[in-house]
Amino acid sequence: MNYKMMGRFLSMILAVEAAFMVPPALIGLCEGAHFTALAFLIAILVGLAIAGGLALFSRGAAKRNFYAREGLLSVGIGWIVMSLVGCLPLWISGEFPKFIDAFFEIVSGFTTTGSSVCPNVELLSRAVNYWRCFTHWVGGMGVLVFLLAIVPAGGKNAGFTMHLMRAESPGPDVGKLVPKMRQTAAMLYITYVVLTVIDILFLLFGGMSVFEAVCTAFGTAGTGGFGIKADSLAGYSPYIQWVCTVFMILFGINFNCYYLLILRKITGVLKDEELRFYIGTVVASVALISINVFKIYGSIGETVRHSFFQVASIITTTGFATTDFDLWPTFSKIILLILMVIGACAGSTGGGIKCARVLLLGKSLHRNISQMLHPNKVQVIRVSKKPISEQVLSGTNAYLCAYVIILALSTLVVAIEGKSFTTTFTSVLACFNNIGPGLDAVGPSCHFGDLSVLSKLVLIFDMLAGRLEIFPMLMLFNRRAWKRH
Amino acid sequence: MKIIIAGSGTVGSTLAKQLSAEGHDLTLIDKNAPVLRRLVDEFDVMTAEGNCASMETLKSADVQNTDLLIATTDSDELNMLCCLTARQLNKKLHTVARIQNPEYTGQVYKMSAAYGIDLCFHPEKQAAEEIERLLKYPAFMKRDSFAYGRVEIVELKIDENSKLKDVQLKNIQSVVKCKILVCAVLRDGKVAIPDGFFTLHPGDRIFVTAPSENLSILLKSLGLVSQRVKKVMMLGAGAVGYYLAQILENRKIDLKIIEKDRARCEKLSALLENADVIEGDASDYAFLESEGLSSSDALICLTGRDEMNMVSAIYGGNSGVPLVITRLGKVDDGKVTENLPLGRVVSPRKLCCNTIVRYVRALEKGSGAATTIHTIAEGSVEAVEFPVKEDTLHKGEPLKTIKLRPNILVACIIRYGKTEIPDGNSSFKEGDSVIVVSGRSDVLSELNDIFA
Repeated sequence: MNYKMMGRFLSMILAVEAAFMVPPALIGLCEGAHFTALAFLIAILVGLAIAGGLALFSRGAAKRNFYAREGLLSVGIGWIVMSLVGCLPLWISGEFPKFIDAFFEIVSGFTTTGSSVCPNVELLSRAVNYWRCFTHWVGGMGVLVFLLAIVPAGGKNAGFTMHLMRAESPGPDVGKLVPKMRQTAAMLYITYVVLTVIDILFLLFGGMSVFEAVCTAFGTAGTGGFGIKADSLAGYSPYIQWVCTVFMILFGINFNCYYLLILRKITGVLKDEELRFYIGTVVASVALISINVFKIYGSIGETVRHSFFQVASIITTTGFATTDFDLWPTFSKIILLILMVIGACAGSTGGGIKCARVLLLGKSLHRNISQMLHPNKVQVIRVSKKPISEQVLSGTNAYLCAYVIILALSTLVVAIEGKSFTTTFTSVLACFNNIGPGLDAVGPSCHFGDLSVLSKLVLIFDMLAGRLEIFPMLMLFNRRAWKRH
Repeated sequence: MKIIIAGSGTVGSTLAKQLSAEGHDLTLIDKNAPVLRRLVDEFDVMTAEGNCASMETLKSADVQNTDLLIATTDSDELNMLCCLTARQLNKKLHTVARIQNPEYTGQVYKMSAAYGIDLCFHPEKQAAEEIERLLKYPAFMKRDSFAYGRVEIVELKIDENSKLKDVQLKNIQSVVKCKILVCAVLRDGKVAIPDGFFTLHPGDRIFVTAPSENLSILLKSLGLVSQRVKKVMMLGAGAVGYYLAQILENRKIDLKIIEKDRARCEKLSALLENADVIEGDASDYAFLESEGLSSSDALICLTGRDEMNMVSAIYGGNSGVPLVITRLGKVDDGKVTENLPLGRVVSPRKLCCNTIVRYVRALEKGSGAATTIHTIAEGSVEAVEFPVKEDTLHKGEPLKTIKLRPNILVACIIRYGKTEIPDGNSSFKEGDSVIVVSGRSDVLSELNDIFA
């Protein structure tokens, strides 16, 4: 167990986070919320102090002996510590009186969930609102990926950084775009920044203020979903809602596709089976829901706008809302529930099981059935004409298994509250898949503040497990993972 | 530079390690997915799974935008086909191919244009040449030559009886009675580039630069002159064995080759006139003794299996064979082999790795690049030969006034074919060749890199 090297990564994560907290501190100063600015300053100092201590501890760390489990543990602990430090300003400034609420809120931010415990976000200071939205942005693409892009972490034998990338990036089979890890990470972030800036420009064009445009774009890019208005995006013009719809869909696409586009390999993108499945699912869901909710809105334009927005918001696991979909007919609500589970594409900023895994599971099921008819049949599963190794398949099956078990256990614990079935189940579903709002008492117009501490802890775990794809979190509970080699 | 390495065996992975550390963009091709996965976790590289000679795989490794392809699979035919195909996809591509079958070596050289190969490397042939050099001067642990054999860096071990024990380096010339330079010392697994006040201890392994003609003087003054090697026993006759037998054929050396495979024995015996080819099991020590192992001057273990070679080498040393040479393919960790009585260790893949690294640096740097590269002291020191060019800095200035980077030593200057062990008053002149020794923290790609 290479504790020193893990310490070094943890220290770098905290240092980067401290740097990220400078802008909200400045915003706090500008708007006159001096106490909030002070809270951010304290959090920055705490972050730097811990980072410094860890840097001292990890002097002379060996770059050898850094394997998959070190990668998984670094990511798991990194995210928890990052959230603990990140929630300090919310708690110290008094805008979230209870520590558990502040922690829940910021975990919900980093994991791009967007479930809020705050009854009215419009009462929060701008600094805090900016920080909530920014955590979405950086959590979407990943903090360690950001580190890999800016820090020459590996030096000579940088191969081990692959373990970090694999543990943090979503998808059944994570690979590099170019041979060097640093360039791969940098390219992902450059694409991400460019798309975010375009989004901001489009929003500004629609008449949003700079602050609102930036916050909304952060929430969209990370597929997070924290709103800075109590009614999420319902109060904005149809133009802005359409812009958000399109960009949510774009951020739910595998970022490798954008790289292929830059290389002008357009056929490669068009033939990508996951992308086709994703777009197909969106179109089909929008069509079905539009027919189903036509009665409520009356006009075709409004119906399509609302159903398209809600479908995009849910499948990319963003969680913005333009209408209270809790009031929709059951059929539409069930479609949204299914979309919650499917989630966005692998390698995007979205959550859920991921389209790639759903495809693999479907094909694997099809193979099992056909093998029942022809027991000796040999069949290699292919996606986009590329054969998928059995290792990836069994990993996907294990993922589904862990997913179902965690879902069941979490629902069981949250059920102790005694809330309605819909509330209990959808609160877990919305957190575990990093969506944000559920249905009923945790619906788009409600919040998570009334839940008990135990439920909040369970949901915090679910959010982290959902964002990090379960195994880094489960690894923390494995006693043998902590033992020295 | 963008480089594709086809084949991720021992040679391929050694190259991946070295070239990725030098900052190149590497893509590895192999048909074995688990091996690729292991390598991608170890080095900062990308991988493509598949047959390296197929257009599909080469395209997926982005051969069109690649500068150099190195084919290192253990099949010569596949390597050639790989280079040929890749060249068709990218006319500007440089290609390097590993060729081991002796039947191809000559013909590939003649037809390299037709095969689309710029450089062939023969790990087995290089290993054979290295062994031949060791046989010539058995007292040296290792010999690397520079400037067409005019200068050598040799490795010596200081033991309790050595005349060099407790000698300070500035006094060394009075002991060895010729001009030499100790350019690196390996002590307790740590390497030092010494100055004149360094004192040698028993157990040190020293690396000495000397003009070739001084080597016999050096050995004589150290009292290390041993009998010329006359009787050699060779275990196993793979490609290395074949090349070596061919080289030794013209020397007056009594060579005995032990090989298990009947067909191979027949093939060898048809090719070799003087050597005795004996069919038998190299692990059967009673049999080896009956063939005169104890009375041999040298035992060379060349079977295809490292563990077999190691055990045989230890056995040979115990039965009193004065010179034992062990070929190691996979096991190359100095920590493992250093304390085993294996005699001289020869590693084909390390030798060829140096050749390729030199080629890569030459591609990048053009004519100012290194002409020879050898790694010494368990790979922690690099000895590099550079030409002095028009744009070389500090020409004509005496060395004592030039500031060099730390851990750098100018070991030799070759001018008009004459070698000079430099002192403070020596200087560089255009047209010289300079041998520089450096602790390998960073890469020297041209001579100007040594100046501070």
